[in-house]
Amino acid sequence: MPDVAIVGAGQTAFTRKSGMALREMCFDAYKEAMEGLDLTNKTIDASILCSAPEYDKQRSPAGSVSEYLEFTPAPAFYIESVCSSSSMGLRVAWSMIEAGLHKVVAVIGVQKMSELSSRDAAERMGRGGDIIWESPFGLTMPAGYGMYARGHMAQHGTTSEQLAKIRVKAAFYGAKNPKATYRKEVSLQEVLTSETVADPLKRFDCCANADGASCIILVKGDIARSVCKVPIWVVGLGAATDTMTMSGRTLLSGLKCAQAAAAEAYKMAKVTSADIDVAEVHDCFTIAELMAYEDLGFAKPGQGVRLIEEKQTYADGKIPVNVDGGLLSKGHPIGATGGSQIRTIVRQLRGQATEAQVKDPEIGLVHNIGGIGQYANVTILKR
Amino acid sequence: MGFENFGKVSFTAETKASDFVTYLEQGKVMATKCRKCGAVSFPPKMDCPSCFESSVDWIEVKAPGKLATYTVVTYGPTGFEDDAPYTLGLVDYGDFKVFGRICRDIPTNEIKVGMTVRAVATKLPDNHIAYEFVKA
Repeated sequence: MPDVAIVGAGQTAFTRKSGMALREMCFDAYKEAMEGLDLTNKTIDASILCSAPEYDKQRSPAGSVSEYLEFTPAPAFYIESVCSSSSMGLRVAWSMIEAGLHKVVAVIGVQKMSELSSRDAAERMGRGGDIIWESPFGLTMPAGYGMYARGHMAQHGTTSEQLAKIRVKAAFYGAKNPKATYRKEVSLQEVLTSETVADPLKRFDCCANADGASCIILVKGDIARSVCKVPIWVVGLGAATDTMTMSGRTLLSGLKCAQAAAAEAYKMAKVTSADIDVAEVHDCFTIAELMAYEDLGFAKPGQGVRLIEEKQTYADGKIPVNVDGGLLSKGHPIGATGGSQIRTIVRQLRGQATEAQVKDPEIGLVHNIGGIGQYANVTILKR
Repeated sequence: MGFENFGKVSFTAETKASDFVTYLEQGKVMATKCRKCGAVSFPPKMDCPSCFESSVDWIEVKAPGKLATYTVVTYGPTGFEDDAPYTLGLVDYGDFKVFGRICRDIPTNEIKVGMTVRAVATKLPDNHIAYEFVKA
């Protein structure tokens, strides 16, 4: 029996440069999340801020955001698991509500990546790997996923063209999403001829750094229907980790932590991959979406390419995936990403995704990965 | 020489595993082995959370391994701008894997998943030291 509901979900537009302070971006996401709810800032009885450190100067940002949104004196928490921070925040909020400690919790994800140069951001993300043994060789996020792409190609014969088709899909939907950083369609040829970043990944195989914030409002089940018209129930939660080091990985054509998180979430929700009507997966790179198809069980290992070849992950396909543009086109403001994925699924389940509504979905899934597959969160939501 | 000289850019000056760098100076790439349970670790690990033992034997990573995957990094992050392009590889030794750079002398078109390589110590500019993979 699900006992925790999402009643509100919001986000800022994701942009290259927001021109706003962290707390101001959080306000915009919070404002959209609270639209139409019978709640006020004084009924939020705890807040959880989710971001990756070292992009901005604010130490302990949970406090500054709590003050700006006037949540004080409600307790404020800070959660970090790099790119999956806000899905992990949702897991913590769920636990606090289930435990009876809090009834109304705001999970706010935020990142302002534009405060750093592209190379500095790449260095910070590289230090999301093991700083003693691997970062000193020049490890970056694209390099880590480039190694998975090479691993998938060696294991299953996957091609760059098949990966490129995932970006073509992302750009098709990104062009329709007013909140996306990258709002242009791209051709297969443009993806394939873009410059190499970490072979075999090219520029268009990689998501864009962005500024942005997201906000999810969760409540105890017994008040859900009194604060909003259509509560979305949190029915499955899965979380797992893998090694920080690349050298500790036993599989190089999929993410074991994602497989473990998915198994746990399906079990808790008492559903299988075949029951999922719409999904948001962590496509920080094209290869990441392909591995997600297989790690989540939408396709057998090595068969994920057929889903994209046959356009089965488009909005009218068998299992629509990332029909909001994904991280690839929407942009990836680290801490805000999980909340944005959850917002998309909430809108889909409520029939409000006007840009690319999937036909009458009942069960949705969010797959959110931190780092180069160090952290995984899978969340299953139901109307 | 301390651990601050490990790799192109070291982010850690102090670790109980700094003997790794001393061995590199002698041309040896080493892993650790727990003295109590015998678990072999790469990267080296000075503490064993399974048996709470903190004494290890250093063992040399001598035998060749197989290249499990690799990537050619074209866009270097801060500190590595002038270094790119460089090739990162992950080499499977059976009991453990080793992450590092593939030697620049191997042309990119000759690098293949499954090829046999071995890890050798290599000196870097500014008195830094690392290891890299060469053809076995």
